[in-house]
Amino acid sequence: MPKVTFLAFKGGTHTVQVPVGTTLMRAATDNGVPGIDGDCGGNCACATCHVYIDPAWSVRVGPRNATEEAMLNAVDELRSNSRLACQITLDDALDGLLVGLPEAQH
Amino acid sequence: MKSDSFEPAAIRAAARTRAAVLPLEELNPADPQGFVDDTVGYVFERLRREDPVHRSHSPIPGIDTYWSVTRYRDIMQVDTSHGIYSSEDGITLMDFPPGDEQKLPMFIAMDPPKHDEQRKAVGPIVAPANLNHWHDLIRERTGKVLDGLPRNETFNWVDKVSIELTTYMLATLFDFPLQDRRLLTHWSDIATANKLTNPDAPEPEVRMAELHKMLEYFTRLWNERINAPPRTDLVSMLAHGPATRNMGPAEYMGNLILLIVGGNDTTRNSMTGGVLALHEHPQEMAKLRANPALVESLVPEIIRWQTPLAYMRRSALIDTELGGKQIRRGDKLAMWYLSGNRDEAAIQEPNRFIIDRERPRQHLSFGFGIHRCVGNRLAELQLKILWEEILRRFARIEVVGEPTRIRSAFVRGFSHLPVRIPA
Repeated sequence: MPKVTFLAFKGGTHTVQVPVGTTLMRAATDNGVPGIDGDCGGNCACATCHVYIDPAWSVRVGPRNATEEAMLNAVDELRSNSRLACQITLDDALDGLLVGLPEAQH
Repeated sequence: MKSDSFEPAAIRAAARTRAAVLPLEELNPADPQGFVDDTVGYVFERLRREDPVHRSHSPIPGIDTYWSVTRYRDIMQVDTSHGIYSSEDGITLMDFPPGDEQKLPMFIAMDPPKHDEQRKAVGPIVAPANLNHWHDLIRERTGKVLDGLPRNETFNWVDKVSIELTTYMLATLFDFPLQDRRLLTHWSDIATANKLTNPDAPEPEVRMAELHKMLEYFTRLWNERINAPPRTDLVSMLAHGPATRNMGPAEYMGNLILLIVGGNDTTRNSMTGGVLALHEHPQEMAKLRANPALVESLVPEIIRWQTPLAYMRRSALIDTELGGKQIRRGDKLAMWYLSGNRDEAAIQEPNRFIIDRERPRQHLSFGFGIHRCVGNRLAELQLKILWEEILRRFARIEVVGEPTRIRSAFVRGFSHLPVRIPA
């Protein structure tokens, strides 16, 4: 069961442990982690699950897909390590993943 | 057939029968009468069940033939496939002759890459972080408007609250002179009025003349602000933003209209729709009064329920398949958000107004994909503050007569809602 830690924008962390195969978005929304909305239910269609992947993890997490790239144009404060959490599936290789949350979801 | 000589219940019964017995090919969801009577839901129910991607025909010249997409999942597919379904032919079903000035260049009606450049310029102004600047002002103005309402007498909620508040909000966004703020409402109404569906709309030449006055006014504001340091109002952001400071007058006008219209009658009609919905569902109002924190989930449910823009139009860029139908390149489609928002395959008990849903934002009213409403959080903020301030002030709001609905298959809204607030 991989663990992931979310760093809140104004400080503070939330760590959750979820079954392999859970998306990073559901890891947050299913466990009451504030700061990720996922309005479209995980369809890469709303860009309200915007997160920043900690640089130490970016290679293991991997790159954005094309749809995600298009949707990321809509986020506020886009950075090179921006991802949409609904497009990342957690497995044991990502155990200990660290992600930052943006100031808000648009 | 004039319908105001019949009772609403009789009208609904007749429409329900008609939707059930008409041959499928005669069903036309874009008939504005179905919106005046609020009976189009019966047509959508049948289409979702029997012909979810339906070849529809309208007698209105310029609309003619189009596909009606009525199920949530299919709508989501179209909305997220901007490489197949383009917005460049416009986002309403009405097509005008080529070269007709009625279509304006606005990013809602553009595809990438141009769409992305323009949206990126405008998005930041309505980013949640920026909305913090306006919380207090919105609350102050909302309170003032509510405090000024007549008590123990019937008034039109649309005019005295919905239009008043959304106009104030637009004036704030643009830093528009407050004393002229009703011009914003006027221009928004002119921009969306269509003589072919609404006999009261102005002639096309009159419409364009009014929109040119709007351009003149905003050009004056632009010239003032481009020579001043950049500020957080929308005109200043457009004047200074790298992607927008060189835009020509037609594009400026198009984007202004987009922002005025986008932020105007949608929020307005949700404000009215919420009052009506809570009146029609007193057990939900009781829930709200018992637990005012439910405003958080009330607001998206109001937006789902009202679906202030009933559809958005797309054009197929290539031959493709959707819901088992062959779509030809050039075909136009309507994503009927109003239908998807009542699709029980996607939403639990969709025909009930429920203010504490678990996933209240999973509705189609803001659209999905790259064109998803950029002002969605601002809309929610206005509605949230409105209901917080209403709950603080009024023990009862009574709707004392039938609403008058707008003759439009696109803008789903009200011109009149008679309300009475006991003292």
